[in-house]
Amino acid sequence: MSPLKIKKGATSHSAYELRPTFSDKEEQHTLAVLVENEPGVLARVIGLFSGRGYNIDSLTVAEVDHLGHRSRITIVTTGTPQIINQIKAQLGRIVDVHNVNDLTVEGPSVERELALFKVVGTGDHRIEAIRLADIFRANVVDSTLESFVFEITGTSEKIDAFAELMQPLGLEEIARTGVAALSRGSDT
Amino acid sequence: MTKAMTGAKMVVQALIDQGVDVVFGYPGGAVLPIYDEIFQQNHIQHVLVRHEQGAVHAAEGYARATGKPGVALVTSGPGATNAVTGLTDALMDSIPIIVLTGQVPTFMIGSDAFQEADTVGITRPCTKHNWLVKETDKLASVMHEAFHIATSGRPGPVVIDIPKDVQFATGKYTEARQVETHYAPQVKGDMEMITELAKAMETAKRPVFYTGGGVINSGPAASQLLRELVAATGFPITSTLMGLGSYPASGDNWIGMLGMHGLYEANMAMHDCDLMINIGARFDDRITGRLDAFSPGSTKAHIDIDASSINKVIKVDIPILGDCAHVLEDLLNVWKSRGRKTDKENVTKWWHQINEWKKIDCLSFKQEGKVIKPQYALSRLEELTKKHDRYICTEVGQHQMWAAQYLGFEDPNRWMTSGGLGTMGYGFPASIGVQMGHPDALVINVAGEASWLMNMQELGTAMQYRLPVKQFILNNERLGMVRQWQELLHGERYSSSWSESLPDFVKLAEAFGAKGIICDNPDDLDDAIMEMINHDGPVLFDCLVEKHENCFPMIPSGKPHNEMLLGENADVANAIKSDGAVMV
Repeated sequence: MSPLKIKKGATSHSAYELRPTFSDKEEQHTLAVLVENEPGVLARVIGLFSGRGYNIDSLTVAEVDHLGHRSRITIVTTGTPQIINQIKAQLGRIVDVHNVNDLTVEGPSVERELALFKVVGTGDHRIEAIRLADIFRANVVDSTLESFVFEITGTSEKIDAFAELMQPLGLEEIARTGVAALSRGSDT
Repeated sequence: MTKAMTGAKMVVQALIDQGVDVVFGYPGGAVLPIYDEIFQQNHIQHVLVRHEQGAVHAAEGYARATGKPGVALVTSGPGATNAVTGLTDALMDSIPIIVLTGQVPTFMIGSDAFQEADTVGITRPCTKHNWLVKETDKLASVMHEAFHIATSGRPGPVVIDIPKDVQFATGKYTEARQVETHYAPQVKGDMEMITELAKAMETAKRPVFYTGGGVINSGPAASQLLRELVAATGFPITSTLMGLGSYPASGDNWIGMLGMHGLYEANMAMHDCDLMINIGARFDDRITGRLDAFSPGSTKAHIDIDASSINKVIKVDIPILGDCAHVLEDLLNVWKSRGRKTDKENVTKWWHQINEWKKIDCLSFKQEGKVIKPQYALSRLEELTKKHDRYICTEVGQHQMWAAQYLGFEDPNRWMTSGGLGTMGYGFPASIGVQMGHPDALVINVAGEASWLMNMQELGTAMQYRLPVKQFILNNERLGMVRQWQELLHGERYSSSWSESLPDFVKLAEAFGAKGIICDNPDDLDDAIMEMINHDGPVLFDCLVEKHENCFPMIPSGKPHNEMLLGENADVANAIKSDGAVMV
C-alpha cells in the first residue's frame, strides 16, 4: 500500500476499449489528452509517437487550467482500430497524463482550426481573393496595396478548400494552428 | 511539521523514510553533497560498484530478489549515460528501481558544462517516469512520488536528476504522507469479465495457464493464489522465462517453460489448447513465434495491469485489466461459488495428450567422453544446490536458456535474468545485488565467459563487501548463441563469434583476491561444484564445456509452436526460411 495520499477519484474505471475490433482499415481519430502542465510532458507524448511509429496528423497544445496546472493536447492521428487502441493505452500509461478521450468514438464533437493566409497580388486576382474570403467568412487582418492576410476559422476540410482556391490567386504563406476539439452537449 | 534541511540531506532522509537499507552507486563531482550526507549516517549502506551499469543491475537484482525497490546513485554526464542500459533493462522487465543522478548546477544547465548531459532527455524513453528537480522545496516530494510510481501499477525504473546547487540549498522537507498524487492504476479486475473467464474454465476441454513475470511482480500473494487456482482446477501450467518460480517446478501440473527454447510439451499445449489463460505475461515475440499461426483454435484470456499490453500483438477474447493477485483472488472466489466445475473427462484426455508429448523427453542429452556437456554441468549444479537457500542469476545467451531448462525453481523471486532486453553483463552485478539482499543465501550467477567479461570489474565490489557470489561460467570460448544462429542462418560462417585471448579465469580471480576453480572433466565436476559451494567467498568457476553444443529445443524464427527443432538430429540447415531470417 502506498504511503502517499491518492487523490479522490483518481482510480477510475478503464476508459479503454479492451474488446478487440477486427478491422484492418485505417481510420482518423481525434484524441483529447488532458495532461499535467509539467516540463517535458509534450516531449513524452511526441516521443511515444516517434518511438512506436505512430502517425501525427495534427497536434495542438496549450494550458487550459492555470490553477489546476493542466494542459490539453489535441492529437489527430491515423491508424487501424488496433493501433488507435494501442495509442490510447500507451498515452494513458504516461504518468503525467490524466485523461485520454477519443472524440471520434465518444459521441459527436466539434472541431475547429484557425489559419492565417498571406495572399499577394493585384488586379483581378486581388478582387477574386477578397470575394472568396467573404464567401468563406475569412477576415482581413492585414492589408497592403498588393497583399492581404486573411484569418479563417473552421474545420480542417474548410481550410484545405480555402487554401486550394487561394493557390492560383497568389497564396504565399499559410500558418495553421492545428485542430482544437470538444465533445458536443453538456457532458465533459 | 516541515523540517528545513539541505537537498542532499533530503535525499538521504527520504531514502530512510522509504525503508531503503542499501544504495548501489559511484561518486562524482555532481553528487558529492549526497555522498557527504551518506558518510554522516548509519541507516543506509552504500555499495561502491566499479561501473555505473553495475550499480543499476545490482539494484535490479536486489529488487527482484527482495521484492523491494532497488536504489542506485550516480553522478552527472558519464555516470548517467552509463546507467542507461540498466534503466532500459529494468523498463523491459518491469523492475522497480530508483536511480538518482547528479546534474550540473541549474545555472549551468544547457551550457555544455563539464560532465553535463541531458539526463532527463536521454532517459525519457527508457524510464517509466523521470524528473529534473530545480527547486529544493520540491525534492522530497519528488523522491516520495518516485517510489510510489516505481512500485505501483506496472513497476519500472524512474530517474531523479538533481542539480548540485539544489543539493546544497536548504528547503522544506515534505513527509511521504503529505504528498498528493493522481497516479493510481486500477488493480481490481472487472467482475463481469472475471465471471466470463470462470465460465470458460468450466467448459474448457484443453485449457492451459500461461503465466509471466507479472505474477512475480504482483507479490508473493499472487504466486500463492496461482498455486491454489492450479491445484483447484487441475489445469496444466506453463510459464515464460520471466515467470519461473511463481508455480513450483516440482508441482504436479507444471509442464515446463514455453517459448523459443521452451519445452516441447509446453509449446504443443499452447498451440493445441482451446482455452489459454494468460496471467501477467505479454505475448512477447520469444513466446508467440509466428503470429498468424499462434494457438489458432483457442479462446484467449489475458490478465494484465497494463492496458497497453492487452491486444498489443495478440487479440484476446477475455481481457481483464488489473493486478494479478487481485484478479486471481476474485477469479478463485467466483469459480468456487459457481461450484468448482470443470470438464473432467476432457481435461483428463488433454493430460493424456500432454503426457504423450512429455515422452519425447526434449531435454534429454548424452554425457559421453571426457568433455563436459553444458546440460550436464547444469544438471549437476541443480542436483548439488537445490536443497540450499538458493538464488540464481544469469547472463544472456545459451547458458541462460540451459539454466532455465535444467534448473528448477520452487518459489518466486529466486530467478534473476535479463528477459526483455537480453543484456549481456547483467548477471554478475545482479548477483551482487541479490547477495546484499540475502547475505546468508547461496547466490549463483550462471554465466557464459563472454557475457561475464562484460562486467567483470565488479569482482572488486564482491571482494570489498565480502559477498560470496558464485560465478558459474560455462566456458565454450564462443559467443554460443551467436554461433548457433550463424550455423542456422549464415552457412556456418562464424563471423567474430569466438573468443580469442581469453583470460586465465583462475589467475583472474586470484588477482582480485578471490578463489578460482577450473574444471574440464565430467568426473571431477561434482567435487569442483562442492568446493565452490563450500568456499566462503566469491568464486570464479571456469567450467570448460563442449564448444559446439547447440541449444535445443528451439522454435526457429518465423515458425509456429508445433514446428520445433528437437535436437541434434533436426534438419538445422534448412530450419529458417528467408522470411524468418529477418527476425532476431
